[in-house]
Amino acid sequence: MLSINMTAAREHLVIALNGEVDASNSVELDEVIQEALSGSVQKILVDGRNLEYISSAGLGVFMSYLEDFREKNVAFVIFGLNEKVMNVFHILGLDQLIHIKNTQEEAEESLYDA
Amino acid sequence: MTHELKLYCEKSRLAELRSFIAEALSATQLSAISQNQLILAVEEVCANLIIHSHDCNPLSHIWLTIHLNPERIIFEIKDSGKAFNIIEYKSPEINAVIREKRKGGLGLLLVRKIMDKIEFETDHAFNTCRLIKKLKSK
Repeated sequence: MLSINMTAAREHLVIALNGEVDASNSVELDEVIQEALSGSVQKILVDGRNLEYISSAGLGVFMSYLEDFREKNVAFVIFGLNEKVMNVFHILGLDQLIHIKNTQEEAEESLYDA
Repeated sequence: MTHELKLYCEKSRLAELRSFIAEALSATQLSAISQNQLILAVEEVCANLIIHSHDCNPLSHIWLTIHLNPERIIFEIKDSGKAFNIIEYKSPEINAVIREKRKGGLGLLLVRKIMDKIEFETDHAFNTCRLIKKLKSK
């Protein structure tokens, strides 16, 4: 099960993921990121505190937008991943390619200080 | 100890697959991170078969057997769809995945990083993929 909430705060969007992302629902994550990118927002946060599991289908969604973020100058930061989920990013070295922070404060700081 | 699951080829069944593997692995001394890695690797192979070899046909199924031994865990995944030789498959480079904005291709890379050994064999009736994880001896 996956539920996704998108909220606006200051100049950024927060996409909160709740549950498990796998091949059955990664398209929902894809649609939300696409929607976020279709607006004029330049800063996107992903709240991963309640993300319990992610498979390659979910990782692939994030990876497929890295070029778009770069081209559109969008700052994209994930925060709050539990150690199991963080480990999955780490196995492929994706934690070196995607900005990942421990807390919401650190994540927001990196968005606004950049 | 052996555990066996008949998994129907629908993506919505992946959560059920994860619960089944988690239950089997709960008897081991593996850390939560290691258990999650094994669940992920098996799910990646099964998701691949469900989507690419069985076109998500809910009437077809694959068999997963988990053999828990003191020295190793063997996950045997058997199906009779289009044979997919996981050993011959060449995983893409991460940079190419980013450049081409691909959403797929990372799964089997994960499987290779997580498992110690991968075996594949096929005959006229079945394709068998074996994922082997060695356990640290005490």
